[in-house]
Amino acid sequence: MQQYFLILFASILTSNIALTYFLGMCPFITISRNIGVAAGMGIAVTCVMTLTATANWLINEYLLIPMGLHFLQFLVFIVMIATIVQVLELVMDRYTPGLHHAFGIFLPLITVNCAILGVSLLMVLRSFSFGQTVAYSFGSGMGWMLAIITMGALRKRLIFAQPLRNFGAAGITAILAGLMALAFIGFSGMASL
Amino acid sequence: MPDEVQLRVPKQGYRLFKSKTWTVFAEGIWHNNPIFGMMLGLCSTLAVTNLMANALVMSLSVTVVLVANSAIIAAMRNIIPERVRMITYMLIVSTLVITVDMILKIALPDISNKLGPYVALIITNCIIMGRAEAFAVNNTVAVSVADSLGVGAGYTFSLMTLSFFREILGFGTMFGFKVLPEAVSPIQLFAIPPGAFFALGVFILVVNTVKERQNKEAEACNSTS
Repeated sequence: MQQYFLILFASILTSNIALTYFLGMCPFITISRNIGVAAGMGIAVTCVMTLTATANWLINEYLLIPMGLHFLQFLVFIVMIATIVQVLELVMDRYTPGLHHAFGIFLPLITVNCAILGVSLLMVLRSFSFGQTVAYSFGSGMGWMLAIITMGALRKRLIFAQPLRNFGAAGITAILAGLMALAFIGFSGMASL
Repeated sequence: MPDEVQLRVPKQGYRLFKSKTWTVFAEGIWHNNPIFGMMLGLCSTLAVTNLMANALVMSLSVTVVLVANSAIIAAMRNIIPERVRMITYMLIVSTLVITVDMILKIALPDISNKLGPYVALIITNCIIMGRAEAFAVNNTVAVSVADSLGVGAGYTFSLMTLSFFREILGFGTMFGFKVLPEAVSPIQLFAIPPGAFFALGVFILVVNTVKERQNKEAEACNSTS
């Protein structure tokens, strides 16, 4: 049990996928302008990440490896992610229209979010067990959400600051992300993957 | 997704450079540069620029996939049904990336190991999808190849610039060879992840400043002539 908590903790704080692996950078920089939208995206990413990594672990372990098809991993993973997102969208539209209305716009974007595919690939590279994969993918999603919400809050404070105009929105976001990453390095002694 | 490419009128006096293919190519390097023009494909940019060798291999891989993907999609643009085009693109990109990954694993096992998941993540690189969706679907094969070569060159330019500074400041080396004297100690900040963000931020600042100066010059030229 302890090792699962360790992985969960490490994936949220010490090896945050946004700040140490640079995954999901495009929405991180473009969507973080508004905290509400950032939180919505974060929740959607966490759900989809946990579902897809778990499904991909099962497929990889029980289908691809026994059949010697591991060279098809990338193709199968991305098709699996696209399918899960589509199905999730259909199910949400049918049973929870309110939720679909709130998160629906984020779902199609998530298919091409590199964080989702990245977590599936990292769990294979690190040869995690089933339980470890669940903990890792959930933790990574939470970590990404933490990072993007913090970024949204920081960018709100920028209204009161006057950074050099030539930084543009993206440049100053990159600098802010760098400062955040520096702060997160402070956690690195506590746990590691 | 970026807007469609707006063809700018090139400078007068260069007859060769007036052709559409050339203009499209040149646009990709500067105005449509994926990194500082369109803000696409930042994950791989930040992750692989710690060493110049990694950055070079990564940018070549992305360029190869980008050009091949654009050529295939431009050639098949009238056959692919509208409804399933996204998933079709994804299958084409995945196949290309699997091929590139296999070649890298055999030819350059060390660098392939260091790049880790980032080669596979070319599949979800927004540059590839962006160029397919914004350009290759309504253009001929030749122009699409020129466009992706330009964007690929722009990507390579950004990655090499970033990695040049990060490697020389972070490790004191260039392509692994020691260039700074021993007395100068490297600034470790540039070798670790936060350094990547700082380098990117400063890079965008410099590029925007240069662009602003260019625009001012262009305005000055227009007003005098």
